[in-house]
Amino acid sequence: MVEMNMAKAINLALSEAMTKDPKVIVMGEDVGPDEGVFRITEGLYAKFGGDRVIDTPLAESGIIGTAIGMAIYGMRPVCEIQFSGFDYYNYHQLESHAARFRNRTRGRLTVPMVMRAPYGGGIRALEHHSESREAIYAHTPGLKVVIPSGPRNARALLHSAIQDPDPVIYYEPKACYRLFREDVPEAMETLPLGKAQVVKTGKDITLISYGASMRAVLEAAETLEEEDGVKAEIVDLLSICPLDTETIVNSVQKTGRAVVVHEGPRTCGLAAEVIARINEKVLMYLEAPVVRVTGYDVPIPYFSKEQAYLPDADKVLNAARATLGF
Amino acid sequence: MPRTPIELPKIEYLSILNEHGELDKALEPKIEPKGLIEMYRYMLLARRTDERMLLMQRQGRCGTFPQSSGHEAISMGSIFNINKDDWHVPAYRELAGLLWRGWPLEHILLYWNGFEEGASPPEGVNDLPVCVPIASQLLHAAGIGMAINIEERAAKSKEKKVVMTYFGDGASSEGDCHEALNFAAVFNAPVVFMCLNNQYAISVPLSKQMKNETIAQRAVAYGMPGIRVDGNDVLAVYQAAKEAVERARRGEGPSLIEALTYRVTPHTTADDPKRYRNEEETKEWMLRDSLPRFAKYLQQKGVMTEKQLAELEEEIDAQVKAAVQHAEEMFKSDELLNPLNMFDNLYVDVPPYLQEQKDELRDYFKTKGKDWSNPQKKNVDTPASSRK
Repeated sequence: MVEMNMAKAINLALSEAMTKDPKVIVMGEDVGPDEGVFRITEGLYAKFGGDRVIDTPLAESGIIGTAIGMAIYGMRPVCEIQFSGFDYYNYHQLESHAARFRNRTRGRLTVPMVMRAPYGGGIRALEHHSESREAIYAHTPGLKVVIPSGPRNARALLHSAIQDPDPVIYYEPKACYRLFREDVPEAMETLPLGKAQVVKTGKDITLISYGASMRAVLEAAETLEEEDGVKAEIVDLLSICPLDTETIVNSVQKTGRAVVVHEGPRTCGLAAEVIARINEKVLMYLEAPVVRVTGYDVPIPYFSKEQAYLPDADKVLNAARATLGF
Repeated sequence: MPRTPIELPKIEYLSILNEHGELDKALEPKIEPKGLIEMYRYMLLARRTDERMLLMQRQGRCGTFPQSSGHEAISMGSIFNINKDDWHVPAYRELAGLLWRGWPLEHILLYWNGFEEGASPPEGVNDLPVCVPIASQLLHAAGIGMAINIEERAAKSKEKKVVMTYFGDGASSEGDCHEALNFAAVFNAPVVFMCLNNQYAISVPLSKQMKNETIAQRAVAYGMPGIRVDGNDVLAVYQAAKEAVERARRGEGPSLIEALTYRVTPHTTADDPKRYRNEEETKEWMLRDSLPRFAKYLQQKGVMTEKQLAELEEEIDAQVKAAVQHAEEMFKSDELLNPLNMFDNLYVDVPPYLQEQKDELRDYFKTKGKDWSNPQKKNVDTPASSRK
């Protein structure tokens, strides 16, 4: 085991994947000698050279569009979009092409690529650098969407994403890049895409989240246990598409209560989908309506007020208590 | 049939006041002394503001921001050619122009310190706010130009308004840039596209951004005039922009001006250029700074004495200091810190579902002992225009 932060764990996964498979190509803005604005591609340009670590012109649609061509040819491009706030430029290439090639060619042409992008708030970044729009991708048939919450699952999920035969959006909660360290095993490991993890078992209520909001959920669960004697079960979704219905409904069937937490806007956010699946499968087991703690339906405010927008432990705690007291 | 060459316009490079302060008298634009002083004032104000913000950022008193030092001549030399009712569509290194247009200095500080209020343009000018998503503003500029044409054709008006818009060398790679130039050309929109070619898109040098020699030559492909000018020569920028603005006003359509400079600063305060470029190169370009050569020109021309230049420095220092102090009071004011205002400007009215979310956040703060729901007393003065 080696202790590292999430930034380092993602960097490690990239380096391992490139070493293992010469078809893995890293491309994006400033990923070369600058090693990425968050230093996620540290050491890669020096180790693998300019043919495999490509500084592209400043054009997100260009990055994703050419990566699709490379992937069809047989490469495994891993694209870095500098901030998720700029991936709207390339959304068209993902929606109209990456997500559809397999389907429209009846499996003849496939697009095994990954788009990585830092997303989410909490680091006092400037405008367009803090949004959470993962639901857009989850809403796009043909894409898989993966969101790690810590160093170990970040590394394992990135390996799985790169090895996956279809396009994967790998959203990195940037607030977690250097927030904490965790033991990561020496040997390469993967995690199945589309599978959630029960990170803490409990019987009284299920708290469901992913990405940076997992920190708020873990903190709230601790308080619930200490102050209320409540044992919360915590589900980390890890993949928001495909969504692991089984793990969600099994937990809620057991606890009868749930709170779903994410920082993206509420309307048509992931919580809406999670709750729909709960209603479809285990409505009769519910002891209380399922509550959402989410970002509000406004652009995330500039950083002087972003904390008010983001879910925090107290918001989760209030929601959990309301659910428990229903 | 033999292959026949197709004649294409040649691209010129314009320099009037070179890096040694030498003037090409024949090309010197005629600007009133008052105008020259005004241009210098806002270039200096932008430089000193930028420097102060850097200090503040290092002390944790300002957020991450892209420095504008080294781009003052491009912004000021071009914007000086337009009127209040013309349109200014900036990218994010046009601080001199924003201040000259009357954006309160406090708004600049508010914007980069995480307050939306800083993005609200002052009354009396047609300005769009700073635009972070690269090159996207250029399409807005083209659209404004198209609207000007439509309106003026309908009103059979003679004097055409113009649009002055800005983008960087990196932005020239974005599809939006290509689309904007093409739209503007096709619809003969009165737009001046000012490219701040500072040779770096964060770490990526121009040579890795494009294969063409100049950005200006792309104008030929779109069917508009293009020129490259010395971006540290405010007179050359002024002259090229003047000609482009006059063309646009005459109804002859858009122009592309590539102003060549160098990003002597990091991309933003979060960037470290030592990782990707040679400091010698930076030092060499610092010697070509626009401000000292312009100051020398003003002195040689007898427009300003050394004493007057020193007095202006003092005056600007006081102006920046006062604005910083005022802005820092604003940062702490309940009026601006009220998180409930995040709901108020999304639509013309707050729809019921959003009001519910607003109430939810209000109640959440009440559980924390803070009641944001009472109308907040206005506890700071509205900042004044930075235009003297």
